[in-house]
Amino acid sequence: MRIVVTAKYVPDINTERGFEDCRVVRDAGEGTLNELDENAIEAALRLVEAERASGGIGPDDGEVIVVTMAGPDGDVALRKAFQLGVDRGIRVTDDALAGSDYFGTAAVLAAAVRKLGEHAPVDLVVTGMAALDGLGSVVPTLLGAELGLPTLNLAKKVELGPAEGSARTLTITREIDDATERLSAPLPAVLSVTDAANQPRFPGFKLIMAARTKEIEVWSPADLGLDPAVAGVAGARTRALSAAPRPERAEPEIVTDKGEGGVALADFLIRNDLV
Amino acid sequence: MTNRTVLVLLEPATEVRTSVLELLTIARGLGRVEAVAMEAPTVEVLAQLGAYGVGCVHQAEIARAGVHVSGDERHLPAVVAAGLAAAVRHTDADVVLLPTSFAAKEAAALAAHELGAGLVIDAAAVREADGRIVAGKRVFAGAWDTECAVTTDVAVVTVRANSAVAQPAEAAVEPVTEGFAVEVAPSPVALLSREVKADTSGRPPLDQAAVVVAGGRGTDGDFGPVEDLADALGAAVGASRDAAFEGWWDSYVGQTGVTVAPRVYIGAGISGAPHHRGGMQASQVIVAVNSDPEAPIFEICDFAVVGQLADVLPQAAAEIRKRRP
Repeated sequence: MRIVVTAKYVPDINTERGFEDCRVVRDAGEGTLNELDENAIEAALRLVEAERASGGIGPDDGEVIVVTMAGPDGDVALRKAFQLGVDRGIRVTDDALAGSDYFGTAAVLAAAVRKLGEHAPVDLVVTGMAALDGLGSVVPTLLGAELGLPTLNLAKKVELGPAEGSARTLTITREIDDATERLSAPLPAVLSVTDAANQPRFPGFKLIMAARTKEIEVWSPADLGLDPAVAGVAGARTRALSAAPRPERAEPEIVTDKGEGGVALADFLIRNDLV
Repeated sequence: MTNRTVLVLLEPATEVRTSVLELLTIARGLGRVEAVAMEAPTVEVLAQLGAYGVGCVHQAEIARAGVHVSGDERHLPAVVAAGLAAAVRHTDADVVLLPTSFAAKEAAALAAHELGAGLVIDAAAVREADGRIVAGKRVFAGAWDTECAVTTDVAVVTVRANSAVAQPAEAAVEPVTEGFAVEVAPSPVALLSREVKADTSGRPPLDQAAVVVAGGRGTDGDFGPVEDLADALGAAVGASRDAAFEGWWDSYVGQTGVTVAPRVYIGAGISGAPHHRGGMQASQVIVAVNSDPEAPIFEICDFAVVGQLADVLPQAAAEIRKRRP
C-alpha cells in the first residue's frame, strides 16, 4: 500500500491574511500545513495501518508520501506532516511555479505522482477537501483528470475492499449538497476526504523530535520532466487584476439582554427593513 | 451588448432554483443567454426560463457506448461536465455559468479541463472588460475583494448565491428545447446509491436563502428557538460545524460546509471561530446572540444581543410576528 498525499502550505486562518501585488502573503512565521490536509494524512495513515494490522502487508511495509508545491517556507507544512507520521516529504519548487492556477497546480502535483510511480506503483492519492486559502475544492478533481485516474471526492467515510483479483475497490460515502451518495472505484484512484472523515491524531513526542531533522526531498520541474511554463503565471488561464481589503464594518450596536433583548433584535431588523 | 453566448447550467431541470435565476440575471449582462440541461425541462421551468430571457435550452442526450444514460447517473459531475463541454462546442459558447455547489464545482473543473478553459470558482461578480470575462471574488472570510480576468477564449465560472438580485428580462421570450448528443466515456466510478434528502421543512435552502439563522454550541442541542425565529423570518436554518458534528443539525455554515452570503445572517450561540466566519463573513448584515460578551463573533457583527438565546430568539420571533405588516 503506497499512498501519496498532496498538501498545501497556507497562511494560518487564525492570523491576519492578505495580499501583496495580488499574491497571497505567505510569511514563514504565519504559514502552516493546510488544516484539511491533516484529514488526508490521517486517512492515508489509517489505510496503511489497517493493511499492516490485517496482515495484508508486513509490519514495515506500506508508505505514506507527502508532496507539496511551495517555496522553501513550505517546509513548515512538511515538518508538520512528519510529526503526524508520514514516511517521506517532497517539496516541488521553482520560482516559475509561483502564481499557478488550479490547472497548473494539478499538472505539477500529477507529474510528481507519476515520478513516484516510476519506482513502485502508487495505489492511492489522497487530498484534503480544499485548501483553506483558496477554497476552490477543484484540485483533487483536476489531479484525477491529469492522472487519468478515477476520482472519489469529499469522502466522509472510506472503505477499502479486500485484496482479491486484479484491482481493489475503494468505496466512499459522501454528503454532497442535498444528497447522500455511495461511490466506488478500483485502485489506483484519487480520493479527497472532508474534515468529517476522521479526527487527525496528535503528534507524539518521538515523532515531533524526529520531524525536526528528517530529510525533505526537493524536486524541480526538470526532475519531473515538466516544462514550468505549464504552471506558474505563464501557464495560468486567469490573470489577477486587483486585490483590495474590504472596508471595516462600522462599530456594532450591542444590547445586553435585561428582558427586552428579543424585542431589540426584532426592532433592529424591522427598522433596517430586513424583515 | 456583445454577441457573446453565455450558457447557464440548469441542474436539475425539474425546477429553477433562485441561484439559477441569479445566474440568468448576471448572464444577460454578458451576452445571449442559453441554458444547458441533462434532462427535459418541465413546462413550468421553460416558462420561468423564458421570463428570464432564455431563448434556447440545450438538452443533452447522453449515451455511453451506444447505450442511453438515464436516471441518477445523469447528475454525476463527470456526466454533467461532459454535457457542458459538448454544449460549449455545439453552441460555440464563450462563457459557462454554474452555481457554487460542490457538485457544480466538480463539473465546472472537469468541463474546463476538457475545454482548456479558464476557471473561476465562487465568483461574487462577473463582468466584461476589454473583451475579457472578469470575475470578482470575496476571499479570506470576506476580508478582501479580488478580481481576475480569464485569459482563455472560454470562461467557466461558478457564482456564489446572492451575488445578484434575480430580475426577469424586460421582455419574456418563448424558449425552444434543442437536443444535442453527448457521448460519455466508460467510467470506472460506480454510483452505488444516491439518496436525496427530503426537505419537508418548507424553508428555503441554506445556500440560497436571503436570511439565515444559525445555531451553535450555545443551543445545547435544542434548535427549537433557532427554528422559531427562522420561521418568523422565512429564513433557512443552519448550524456551526461543532453543532453539526454533535448531530444537532444536518447542514452547517463554515468554510468546509455551506458558504452563505445572505442579506441577513443571525448567529445564535455561535462563538465565531475562524472556520465559521469563513463561511458567513460575506453576509450583508450580521447579527449575533451570545451569552458570552467576549465571543469573537461580536467583532464582525452589526448588531448583537448579549443574552440567553432561549430567551432572546422566541421573544424576537413573537415581536416580528406581531409587528410584521
